[in-house]
Formats: sequence, C-alpha cells, structure tokens
Amino acid sequence: MRELARKGFDAVYSELNLDSPEIVEVPRVVANTCQSITGIDNERWRIQGISDDLADQQKQAEAYFGRRGITMLATCTPYQVGNVPVKGEHCAWMESSAVVYCNSVLGARTNTEGKESTGAAALTGRIPYWGYHITENRGGTHLVEVEIEVDDIMDWGLLGYYLGEIVDDGIPVLTGRCHQPNLIKLKHFGAAAASSGGVEMYHIPEVTPEARSIEEAFCGNRIRHTLQYGATERQIAYENLNCATDRNVDFIMLGCPHNSIDQVWLIASLLEGRKISQNAQLWVHMPRALREVADRNGHTGIITDAGGVVMSDTSPAISRHMPRGTKVVATDSAKQAHYLPAITGVSTWFGSVKDCVEAALTGRWSGGLQ
Amino acid sequence: MRTQASDFEMMPTKIILRGRKVVGGCAEGEAIVTQDTISGWGGINEKDGTVIERRHELRGRSFKDKVLVFPGAKGSSGWSAYFHMARLNGVAPRAMIFNKMTTKVALGAVVTRAPAMTDLEQDPLLVIETGDWVKVDADNGVVEILKRRREGAG
Repeated sequence: MRELARKGFDAVYSELNLDSPEIVEVPRVVANTCQSITGIDNERWRIQGISDDLADQQKQAEAYFGRRGITMLATCTPYQVGNVPVKGEHCAWMESSAVVYCNSVLGARTNTEGKESTGAAALTGRIPYWGYHITENRGGTHLVEVEIEVDDIMDWGLLGYYLGEIVDDGIPVLTGRCHQPNLIKLKHFGAAAASSGGVEMYHIPEVTPEARSIEEAFCGNRIRHTLQYGATERQIAYENLNCATDRNVDFIMLGCPHNSIDQVWLIASLLEGRKISQNAQLWVHMPRALREVADRNGHTGIITDAGGVVMSDTSPAISRHMPRGTKVVATDSAKQAHYLPAITGVSTWFGSVKDCVEAALTGRWSGGLQ
Repeated sequence: MRTQASDFEMMPTKIILRGRKVVGGCAEGEAIVTQDTISGWGGINEKDGTVIERRHELRGRSFKDKVLVFPGAKGSSGWSAYFHMARLNGVAPRAMIFNKMTTKVALGAVVTRAPAMTDLEQDPLLVIETGDWVKVDADNGVVEILKRRREGAG
C-alpha cells in the first residue's frame, strides 16, 4: 500500500476505488459523493497512535479529493450530517450500517456497494439496476414477533444482532412490542443486524416508509418464515456479544455507528463533575460536523474534563488503533463488540451507555442484562 | 506435503455440476468448504487469507490458493476491498463457488479476479467437502469434483 501511495492519489484511487492497475486521472465526481468513515482522526491522530506522516497523507488526500467534489463528511452516518436521500432515490452506498438505514428508514434504494463500485459510481453516476433498486426485491422475507419490550438502545442492538444471525441477508418485518424507535435506536439496530448477518433492509409496519401495513411490508407475498424474539433469544444475543471474562476494563469505546448529539449529551451528563479511572481510557466517537456542535454545547468540555477523548472521522475497528496495551474493551456498540475481537484480538463487554460510563469511572465491568 | 491431483480418486467419483458464471476463467485446487457466510472486512485477514471471525467454522484457516466454497457474503461493505487486498497480497482463493448472489459477493468476486460460479444445479455445500479437488471452469459453466480418498474407503 505504501508503494501505491508513493505513486500519488490518482494511483491509489485507480487501484483501490476503481480496481484499475492503469492509473486514471481522477476527474470531478458527477454524483453527490461523500467520504465515509476513515482510519484517522485529522486532529487527534497522535492519541490514536498514528504517525504524523500518515495523518499528513490523509489530509493531503482530503484536499485532493475535496477539490474533485467529494464531500469530506468522514462518517459512517452521513444521514446525520446532511446526506439524507429522499424516498425512491437511487444510491450507491457503502458502509453496511448506513445502507440498511438508507433502504429501511429513508426508503431510498441502494445495494451494499463496495469501494470499487462506489468509486466508479461517483465518476459515472451509474450503478447496476438490480437487487434493492427494484421494488419487487424490497418485500419482507421473515415476520418477527417481538414478544418482549424493546425500547432502549441496548435492546435494539440485541434484537438486531440476534436477527442478523437468523435471517442472514433476508428482510425482517418487525411486529409486536417494539416501542416507537428513533434515529439512534434504528442506527444501532441496523448496524447490529448487518454485522451478525447481511441485513440490508427491514420493515417496521406503521414506522418505516414502505410498510404502512404488514401486507405492504411483504409486497403482497405470502409470509414464509415467522420467528419469535423473547427473553431466551435476547439472552443468546447477549452471550454471543460478550466474549470477555476479565472484569478489569482498559478501554471504553462509545459511538459506533457515530454518536448523535443527544447520545453525546447523555454521556456528558453521566460524566459531569466526575473523573474516569486511571486504569481506563474513554473514547467517544461522532461525526466531525456534530463535534462542532458538541464543542459549542459544552459537551466536549465535560467529557475531556472527566478524562475522556472525543474523536471524529474514525472508530477503533476501522483504524485498528486503540490505546496501547488494551486487552479488554467495553462498548455500547454491538457492531464493535462483534468486530473488535476478530480484528484486534481484544475481548469485549457489550452493554448500555450507562454500564459503559460506569466502567470508565471505575475501571471495572459491572453491566449485565436487566 | 502438498496435495496433488493424484491423491484423489480418479474413478468412479468424478462429479460434474453445471452452474452460472460470475467471473470467467478456469482454475482448480483443493476445496475449503464452509456452511457459514463470510465477512470480508472484519472477517478475513487480508495478509494471509485466514478467516478471523469469532465463532466462524473456518476461524484460523486460510483460503489461499484453495477453491473457496461458501453460502455467500455477510457483514461489512468492505467485503470487496478485503478480497481485493488479499489478491494484491497474493493470498486470494484460486476460485470461488457460492450459493447466494448479492452485490457484496459479486463485486468481491470480480475484484478477486478468480473464476467464480453460482447457482449450481446441486447445493455445492452438500456435494463438495473440504479436501476434495475441484475444477471451476467458469467459462463453460462447469464444476468438476474429484472426491478425496477418505480413510477406510475402499
């Protein structure tokens, strides 16, 4: 990769974003294009343990591609910071958690594209018309009867993690006791379902835009598979996500997918006037554009006064960087709890934001299923 | 010891399955088979071709130079990027056979630039076992399977 980087940004884009060993001079993009999450926080790379050279390279790349029309949102949640497609719009999105949000909550249409196809789509404004672009392929495949209360963020994460593993790349239709969700809960639900499985779309009748009813959610098709989600299934998801045994926690990671401003407010509220443990480090991740708001609100100040770090542009699973020596991680993210052990070899505790902040304050994990 | 075509039963069990080409070309090698879907980013190590996902049937095993037989792709949109890098690092599978077509796996197969097939007339996960010698002739839409001699088999 370093060799490629020496040849310049066009060479990098050609190989990694176009699968072209022949170097293409990258023109301006023709489609509305934004940068997804990256490996480096442009301001706090040293805390991540990233070299100045690499950080400098990323800044130069941003300037280069920015001039070609790529918007440097640098987040896994572009829909939180102004990139919000309208129902029916055809998109070519990467980032599995954003894809499932785009299809399900916004009603726009995208397959889970990759680096090479989005790279080409940005330059051409074209993407193959198949899969989730076609109405008939957007109907439900599994009816899910939610038999226990699913309300808080942690429970939406558990529900998503359980369903992904069962339905794989199916389209679940949720009925039963899920309370009216919001952006944060669906952001977590989709990210979890797209980690344990390959869920790219779901419906919640009377909530999501293509499902005014169960019948509409299934596009008039017969319901072939029905499954239940109750206390047993919740327990299975929880146990599958928690692979740690050591209750001494080194690192607490909050904000995957990237936090919304009210999540950061909640974290700040729990930390106000307190100090995190000397044995633990806390990183809170959010989109760069929202960080500006968090700074002005005073949330960032509260978190940093407590000893935490507010990061943008990246996450530990993407960057593969965590505080040096980290062995045990606590996170509110089912997605990070799923991927971090595989990518970095750490073990993870998964729980609520409250459980995680408590772990940051004490250095000990005391969370669990309520 | 390297596995060679002569280690396999030449008669009577050569199985031929027809299917659909995803990526053209023809390649053969030893099969590595899993019943679990595979993640690219966060699921494989692009430097040595091993599967790294916790609770995965193939965890710790590499598909380098093998014919990878699997149900399909799951997880991150970094699927293609990681198989792409596996190819650049020389650890890609020689060929791929999978059941469920999605954008993730289609793009991943294209950038891996190895012969790939889907929609076989019988479920490849039931017919092919790890260790079988498999030839993927994607150009002609044919998969040939030589069952490996198993211990105790006459």
